[in-house]
Amino acid sequence: MTTQPLDVQLLDLQPLELVPRIELGAVVESAFNWLKTNFDAFFDALARVIGVPTDGLIELLQAPPPVVMVLIFALIGLLLRGWKFALGALFGLLLIVSMDQWEAAMETLALVVVASVIAIVIGIPVGIWAARVRAASTAVRPLMDLMQTMPALVWLVPVVTLFSIGVVPGVVATIIFALPPGVRLTELGIRNVDPEIVEAANAFGAKPRQTLFGVQLPLALPTIMAGINQVIMLALSMAVIAGLVGAAGLGGQVTAALATLNLGLGFEAGISVVILAIFLDRLTMAIGQGRANPGLLSLVFRRRTDPSKPLVTAGAEEPAAGIERAHDMNHPEPTQISTSTMERTS
Amino acid sequence: MNAIVANGTYKVFGKRPEQAVARLRAGATRDDLRKEGSTAAVIDASFDVRAGEIFVVMGLSGSGKSTLIRMVNGLLEPTAGELLVHGNDIAKMNAEQLRRIRRDNVSMVFQHFALFPHRTVGENAAYGLQIQGLPKDEQWRRALAALRMVGLQGWEDSIPNQLSGGMRQRVGLARALATGTDILLMDEAFSALDPLIKREMQDQLAGLQHKLGKTILFITHDLNEAMRLGDRIAMMRDGRIVQIGTPEQILNDPANDYVAKFVLDVDKTKVLTAAAVMAPPILAKEDAVRVGQDARLADLLGISAAHPEALAVVDQDQRVVGALDRVTLLEALAR
Repeated sequence: MTTQPLDVQLLDLQPLELVPRIELGAVVESAFNWLKTNFDAFFDALARVIGVPTDGLIELLQAPPPVVMVLIFALIGLLLRGWKFALGALFGLLLIVSMDQWEAAMETLALVVVASVIAIVIGIPVGIWAARVRAASTAVRPLMDLMQTMPALVWLVPVVTLFSIGVVPGVVATIIFALPPGVRLTELGIRNVDPEIVEAANAFGAKPRQTLFGVQLPLALPTIMAGINQVIMLALSMAVIAGLVGAAGLGGQVTAALATLNLGLGFEAGISVVILAIFLDRLTMAIGQGRANPGLLSLVFRRRTDPSKPLVTAGAEEPAAGIERAHDMNHPEPTQISTSTMERTS
Repeated sequence: MNAIVANGTYKVFGKRPEQAVARLRAGATRDDLRKEGSTAAVIDASFDVRAGEIFVVMGLSGSGKSTLIRMVNGLLEPTAGELLVHGNDIAKMNAEQLRRIRRDNVSMVFQHFALFPHRTVGENAAYGLQIQGLPKDEQWRRALAALRMVGLQGWEDSIPNQLSGGMRQRVGLARALATGTDILLMDEAFSALDPLIKREMQDQLAGLQHKLGKTILFITHDLNEAMRLGDRIAMMRDGRIVQIGTPEQILNDPANDYVAKFVLDVDKTKVLTAAAVMAPPILAKEDAVRVGQDARLADLLGISAAHPEALAVVDQDQRVVGALDRVTLLEALAR
């Protein structure tokens, strides 16, 4: 053992010789440039596939007068959730109109809807695959970590390399950022279905596809809906950041406020984002809760009866003697899992 | 005709199971294998279940009984040996053939019911028929019939969570009965129920069996239950079947100390029948009180206490086949 601090000296003087510099950044950059030059046509086509529906949706959302759109949204809220929510939505959305942020909000909404739909269409099948194949789960997990924890701003650089600026790179970056919870919660939901219930389906001779669609997916639905809710929330937060690459909408407003240090504009755009977020969150939660929610639509569904099943009149057919009426309601529900988002009920 | 035949059936979990079976055949114990990282769940099981009988497999947790029952419908594949269902070897079937066996021949009732919480009681009862691909109205008609059989008519539109434990297991039973399979696997089906409800379900199963004549493979850890229900009982310990016999054989002639220790806890008066302990008919007088030969001793003690003379034991045709005096009864209880 030497007593001289030789190591420190070495580190101080020539760190590069101890650990060689790996040019990861340069490798990634050249890889993306290679992609850009060799698959330009593909990315152009992809840009059109994403851009056309987004632009179309923006036009559609902006076509009616803002107040009419607000009323339509409030009506949707009434159908899916109830009158209190509809009233809140009415005032919140009118505030956006009065702050002159309506057009920007509709642009953002279109971006969020397109990105979320694509993220869900990709995410749920991948989640199902990961739940059924352990190797797939192992492969998908680090990819999801990368997508989710890479600072959101970093995604903008490669996306702009491939798609230049505008609404399309905004949507693509949003999809990447919002995808992971859709995959993760789908996988979790399916894995958490009571194994005895899955075994029961198999024991009656169900094919894997019948077990998936008849048992696993329906029972995983609350968790999957929580995942979809998270996808939409993340999409909204990323859509604002996407304003930096010219994605317009509320993100564009925020970017403009930042560039000109316009506190008033920044606050108004920010509050609009919050209102939009709460509206979307509560709406998707209501859909996730399904039968249990008090919206008008569920009342309609509840009255609908299956004509193939005879109606049972109360008390007309008592069960055989010795059968106890339902009393142990506290038997634990085996399949429900609660995530933090699911506990928000109102 | 035997509905189920096991012939030297093994199930080993872990790495290189075939090799583990070879070691077991050469005399290795379960503990030897455990040290090497594999679990011998079922070792050299041989038994046959006759069509129309209730065959109970009785063992404590870890004895391999749940693994055994899951091999019969192919949820688990035997590692070695034969397992025949209606003469066809489960171990040799592909996935599609196994599914057909489960759809058409063997249905199952689960310990924790395993009902589908998102389907109504009626839809649960119809599940196997849906998998069989029957038309909707036929599914519904047979599901309702099965629910009526278990005493749940009128409950078809409820959801399982609204039902008590006993009712849920009736739905589980209806789901299995509705499929019309001739073999019924019951995996600790009544173990999760309160004692009173359990008793009720046992009686109901016995009643249904009397009408339907299914072949039932019933798993339990409760010897009293095994004795109440079983036409024959297989006692399992540490993966091996240690004795197969009628309840009376097991009670009167336990194969080893392990079985004997179990039998200590059994209320003999509820297992032994008049026919099993009776003395020659010569003891019975002409005007003696008549009792059926299948009557349990528990029901006879009171009668015997009230009548000093020996009881006459009669068969179905009212012919006197034996006699029961107090000494005989006491001797039977003292054994």
